[in-house]
Amino acid sequence: MAGTGEGKKEEADYKRMNSFPLIRHTDMPEEMRVETMELCVTACEKFATNNESAAKMIKESMDKKFGSSWHVVIGEGFGFEVTHEVKNLLYMFFGGSLAVCVWKCS
Amino acid sequence: MAVHFVMEGNLVYQDSNEARKLEGLPEETVKASTEAHPDEEKPDTPVTPVEDGAEAEKAGEEYRPDSAASKADKKEPKVTKNQFNFSERASQTLNNPLRERSCQTEPPQRCTFSANANQWEIYDAYVEELQKQEKNKEKQKTIQLKKDVDKKKKKMMLMETQNDDINKVGKVAKIIERMLHQNTFDDIAQDFKYFEDASDEFRGQQGTILPLWKFHYDKTKKLSVTALCWNKKYPDLFSVGLGSYNFTKQGRGMLVFYSLKNSAFPEYIYPTSSSVLCLDIHEQRSYLVAVGFYDGCVAVYNLKREGQEPVYKSTAKTGKHTDPVWQVCWHNDDMDNNHNFYSVSSDGRVVSWTLIKNELVFTDVIRLSLNAEDKPSTQQASTAFSSLLACGTSMDFHKQIDYLFLVGTEEGKIHKCSKTYSRQYLETYAAHSMPVDTVKWNHFHPNVFISCSSDWTVKIWDHTINTPMFTFDLKAAVGDVAWAPYSSTVFAAVTTDGTVHVFDLNINKYEPLCQQAVVAKHRLTHIEFNPIHPIIIVGDDRGYVTSYKLSPNLRKKQMMKKGQEQPKGPEVEVVKMEKLLSLLREPEQNTV
Repeated sequence: MAGTGEGKKEEADYKRMNSFPLIRHTDMPEEMRVETMELCVTACEKFATNNESAAKMIKESMDKKFGSSWHVVIGEGFGFEVTHEVKNLLYMFFGGSLAVCVWKCS
Repeated sequence: MAVHFVMEGNLVYQDSNEARKLEGLPEETVKASTEAHPDEEKPDTPVTPVEDGAEAEKAGEEYRPDSAASKADKKEPKVTKNQFNFSERASQTLNNPLRERSCQTEPPQRCTFSANANQWEIYDAYVEELQKQEKNKEKQKTIQLKKDVDKKKKKMMLMETQNDDINKVGKVAKIIERMLHQNTFDDIAQDFKYFEDASDEFRGQQGTILPLWKFHYDKTKKLSVTALCWNKKYPDLFSVGLGSYNFTKQGRGMLVFYSLKNSAFPEYIYPTSSSVLCLDIHEQRSYLVAVGFYDGCVAVYNLKREGQEPVYKSTAKTGKHTDPVWQVCWHNDDMDNNHNFYSVSSDGRVVSWTLIKNELVFTDVIRLSLNAEDKPSTQQASTAFSSLLACGTSMDFHKQIDYLFLVGTEEGKIHKCSKTYSRQYLETYAAHSMPVDTVKWNHFHPNVFISCSSDWTVKIWDHTINTPMFTFDLKAAVGDVAWAPYSSTVFAAVTTDGTVHVFDLNINKYEPLCQQAVVAKHRLTHIEFNPIHPIIIVGDDRGYVTSYKLSPNLRKKQMMKKGQEQPKGPEVEVVKMEKLLSLLREPEQNTV
């Protein structure tokens, strides 16, 4: 029990340590990238328990800012293959266990 | 009529005036009177209801024709005309024809992207990122620590890296140049290594020299080759001193180093202000080159150093010669392990120069006085030190005996001197009638040396005997002579008519084995044997240096009887020479 307790602590620590957003792959221009990343971070922190709401928030904001139509996937374990408009993809990790994929394709 | 009850309604009594009005019938007035009344009323009605407007007038006007008509046709039914009877009028303008226009922009480019988002991938990515960050932090720390000190170093590093790049390119370029050279002169390289002239077998004892590479540098066109020297350590490297023998046409000179690997361009080039007359490469430290100039200076170049200036140079203050320096020779290091070399010049001094730290220190070894010292009768007469000095033109150190050296003079005499005796000669040989151009000790036999002169002769001496052992008349002024390093009995000479003569005393004591005209119309000035390979280099007065390969006949080792092992080593050579000399000595002894 103590072991697992410690394990959990370590995990929590690790997650805290590594909660910086880590961009894995993107072809967005600099400004767009920064803005999108910050938006994702905000959304994930706000809706830490509810991925759907976070995704909804991100998608609606992106649609407003950068035009329709955006797609957002947030999760901890998934694979994907998407077709996206060039220079409109962001794939990043956050919070030690979350992966966010945002792309535009009308 | 008393009205009891009035109610507004929409029923009109048929016969009332109102009803008739509506129907368009004239009004009745008790027949005649009613008719008259309507007539009167008619004008009244049109007059009075002017205010009613057009409708009433119209009604009135229509009334008259109607009434007239009605009079005629009294009981025809009439259509009531009122404002509610209207006629429709409509018109249609031209509508422009419709046209459809459409346009499609290029849709924004799309591409696919796929990835797996698993917990382990996320974990790995974070770990990697952390490591990178740590490395960056370390780098930053080290940079901060050394910031000030390293600012300069960084600049240096930048410069060095730039230089390194150029240097690396330079090295590579050099190697490629040599490869190209080898490819271009492939046949020569093959000849150099492998060709053995088979026709030598048919030639009896005669040999030939096969021309190999020609070394030429553009800027040496007007200069003649004044000195040649092989490098002992790198047997493919040789140095060429260039200048002018012409007294009137003195200008600049050059010191040039060639490698056999690249005959197109020299390895090292040192331009000098005065003609180079002689040079020597140190035996052990093959990067040190001693050079003697026409203006009497001597200099030492260090090949390892960058720059075109000599490391040491003698000046008027530091005892430079007052006349051209004809020969320089490196000698063993002195007791303090300083390098030293000797020079001989037309001013009659043989000077020893020692390289002490940054200076060149000179010591007069001997002053070549004109008068022969061994004539006792004139000694008293010549108590006054002779101010006349002979002009030294060549010198050579003995190979084994450290203090012994020979000096050849312009008067044609050869003096045997010792380092320890500064005034007297050990011996004098009346050698030639013209200036002695070269004296050289034999590589093997300790007693034998050779001399050549512009009086067309080459003479071989035993230093114990006053007269020459061998004399060869080459029919033209001899520029230079050199012993072969592989045999004690082989030597080569060059003459001003452009011929190279190679002798082997073991085979033929009187005639050259090879007499080959090498250049037409130009004088050959110097010749040197390569210490290892069987090639010779020959310099001429155009600044060209040509290399030749000696054919097998010229390189013959001693023939041994079958079954006997061929002995090797210098002793054999000594023995060979000794045999020859003994042959000569015997008749002398006999005659004596």
